[in-house]
Amino acid sequence: MIKVIIIGGGAVGCAVAREISRYECDVTLLEKCNDVSEGTSKANSGIVHAGHDATPGTNKARFNVLGNAMFDELSSQLDFPFKRNGAFVVCFDENDLPSLEKLLEKGEKNGVKGLKIIDGDTARKIEPNLSQKVAYALYAPSSGIVSPYEMVVAFAENAYDNGVKFELSCKVDGISKSGDGFVVSCGDKSFYGDVVVNCAGVYADEINDMVNEPTFKITARKGEYMLLDKYCGDIVSHTIFQLPTSMGKGVLVTQTTHGNILVGPTSVDIEDKDDVETTPEGLETLWNKGIESVPTLDRKQRITQFAGNRAHGDVGDFVVGWAQKGFFNVACIESPGLTSAPALGVYVAEEISSRYGLKANEKFNPIRRDIPHLAVMTEEERNKLIAENPDYGKIVCRCEVVSEGEIRASICRPLGARSFDGVKRRTRAGMGRCQSGFCCPEIVKILSEELGVSEEEILKDDNVATMLIGRTK
Amino acid sequence: MKKQLVVVGGGPAGLAAALSAYDSGVKDIVILEREPRLGGILNQCIHNGFGLHTFKEELTGPEYAERYISQVEERKIPYLLDTTVLNVSRDKKVTYINKEQGQVTVEADAVILACGCRERPRGAIGIAGGRVAGIYSAGTAQKFVNIDGFMPGKEVVILGSGDIGLIMARRMTFEGAKVKAVIELMPYSSGLNRNIVQCLNDFDIPLFLSHTVTRINGKDGRVTSVEVCEVDEKLSPIYETVRTINCDTLLLSVGLLPENELARGADVGICPVTGGAEVDDDFMTDIDGVFECGNVLHVHDLVDYVSEESGAAGRAAARYINGEINGGKEYVTVKTFNGVRYTVPQKISKNHKDELILRMRVNNVYKKANLVVKDDKDETVFSKFRQIVTPGEMETVVLSADTVEKIKESAYISVGLEGKV
Repeated sequence: MIKVIIIGGGAVGCAVAREISRYECDVTLLEKCNDVSEGTSKANSGIVHAGHDATPGTNKARFNVLGNAMFDELSSQLDFPFKRNGAFVVCFDENDLPSLEKLLEKGEKNGVKGLKIIDGDTARKIEPNLSQKVAYALYAPSSGIVSPYEMVVAFAENAYDNGVKFELSCKVDGISKSGDGFVVSCGDKSFYGDVVVNCAGVYADEINDMVNEPTFKITARKGEYMLLDKYCGDIVSHTIFQLPTSMGKGVLVTQTTHGNILVGPTSVDIEDKDDVETTPEGLETLWNKGIESVPTLDRKQRITQFAGNRAHGDVGDFVVGWAQKGFFNVACIESPGLTSAPALGVYVAEEISSRYGLKANEKFNPIRRDIPHLAVMTEEERNKLIAENPDYGKIVCRCEVVSEGEIRASICRPLGARSFDGVKRRTRAGMGRCQSGFCCPEIVKILSEELGVSEEEILKDDNVATMLIGRTK
Repeated sequence: MKKQLVVVGGGPAGLAAALSAYDSGVKDIVILEREPRLGGILNQCIHNGFGLHTFKEELTGPEYAERYISQVEERKIPYLLDTTVLNVSRDKKVTYINKEQGQVTVEADAVILACGCRERPRGAIGIAGGRVAGIYSAGTAQKFVNIDGFMPGKEVVILGSGDIGLIMARRMTFEGAKVKAVIELMPYSSGLNRNIVQCLNDFDIPLFLSHTVTRINGKDGRVTSVEVCEVDEKLSPIYETVRTINCDTLLLSVGLLPENELARGADVGICPVTGGAEVDDDFMTDIDGVFECGNVLHVHDLVDYVSEESGAAGRAAARYINGEINGGKEYVTVKTFNGVRYTVPQKISKNHKDELILRMRVNNVYKKANLVVKDDKDETVFSKFRQIVTPGEMETVVLSADTVEKIKESAYISVGLEGKV
């Protein structure tokens, strides 16, 4: 059985892992953080793009449209939040109508269905809070929203269920040729792979260069965001884009799958690929852009800010292909990377399978079930669950209605949460309007119980920093 | 299941409300408390200074709570712990959830919402920088330190000079942490003066007024410093004045917000200034039989006033249950002017008998001012001289029964400041 090493546990790496597990092979995924979905995959717009933005004929266009079409089935098979809410690309100047028409044309060439241009008044009938200045809008009904980190966790868990091994906190520091394959080293561990798939996000160029000719370079392009309270969650129901620029798709205003409003991202190239700090200027910029589209956005409703880095390549397109025999790059995956991830997973799996003549994994199970979420259950479902396990009757996160049972379940499962933020991404505990002010000590306590370590050892995220520094006197 | 009275929240407000309702003849009560013990946030307030008004002695938070909890126990008023209320409907069906019973809906004759308040988080004020470990609201840190026995950090900067921030400055110092600065956006502290003296001055902790934190720096996932600068009259940062303070912890005491999700869920009319319900002199919201009191109604600075107010709400709920308060009341509305931000109640029933307490907050520091109440003909019906009023200390006006009779002729009364304001 051939051995496959996947480097990177983000959206692409986990999608590849899930899809390759349809075949008989020995797969190990290496992730430098203590959880999957820690990098760009946790901090992005969560948009399943329709596919009108990418240049026809590119990898971006192809995988975007293919990926988009997969979400309905995938979200039901893998049980992650997804909604096809539709999008508007708005312009504020009548003279920009040709730009919208060009987008429509590109979209149609890319195979996007249902695109049409509507005037400002028609758009405002559908989205009454759109700016009066909106002159025209391109309507893209196939655009959707997804909870990105929940999607990645779902891919990872399903891959795990189908036999993929996950090595977390395992940072690749060297790759060397070994016979027909490669030895990938991570500190004092090393792994052999007949095939290595490079899905290392903003670091994919560095991983490639460890054993291949440098053929692309990745710049981290930071995007900052602001998230608003669910109180104003119905200010728009569609995703509102502005006309794209050379730096990306511009600042959007969108509902999230959980009913918040997200405004962002900015787009600034930065030196340090790990720099995900928000900046006063960035937050100001995104807000001013956001209120151009939806002037009634209320800044008092903000509950958090965050930033993520796009893996912006210097070759203008996704890099998808064999760098040499046995080494496959899935690199420079900036937007529409999240949308494309499922299709990239299928493509990579098929490439490896046909190249190496893999047999189908007869035992492959495409179904994965999420932990229960009390907040979206009926009374009957809740009572049944609480009767089985009373922990589901104790609410820990009052803002998002998350129970002790959900938090314990998010930790006690394969690839379960290992940090405070890991719990948060899987359960939504601490994601509400108080931002964990009340539930934080309780979550730390539960993590400590379930992980069998002291509370002082509980980590906030994938870093070495603990939530607490020690005991009181 | 049916209950005469459901009290949501077993903190100081809920306890006082339940007790007074019970003592007014309503025996069929249940208190629903989400925490594993009664007492609410008082349980983590282990400093003293509680109860000076009510008991004429200085108690700690848990001691103050115990005075009420023991009375609840004596009267055998039922309560459920670890029980979270999910919903209150307009027809007073209260849905709660806990481990033992699952999800249950109680039909109540009256509901008292006494759910307290929450702290405004970092995200709500939009401080830029890293999302690193070591950033806590002051109350969260207080729970870690006082209840769980853990230290969130050892070099601390506190943003906001609200009372919890001030108390935590002293508490962290007692535990061996170095509190490097308290940063306050406004030109005055929003905390009680006694806390500034006892928690900062006594420990030489500097208080920087008209300053803010503009950025949180971190390394390896932990706070390493914060950037602090002065603000102008419009409270905008003056970035030329930025300086960096090294620290591993930033505590936030930047405001408390009534936790009014249940009231909002029932579409109760909310006062945009307080964030609490709009209530009448019976603490009744615009839903008949739904009452609010304590910090969910408006944020108090002294628990004594919470207890007093909630006692009144409990008595009113009992009168409602006994049919003594009927719908279709006629009201005198209470307006504000010149320096007064809001009052509670926001309207007074023309049936009101006896004296009436109006609680309010001002929007700035004013010295030598008269707090006045005027009728709709602009005639002063009440005036009280104040050496100083500050936003951090709630002001109270007690209108005598005679004055209340007088204002009933008015369509509205106005409360504000006069003098060298």
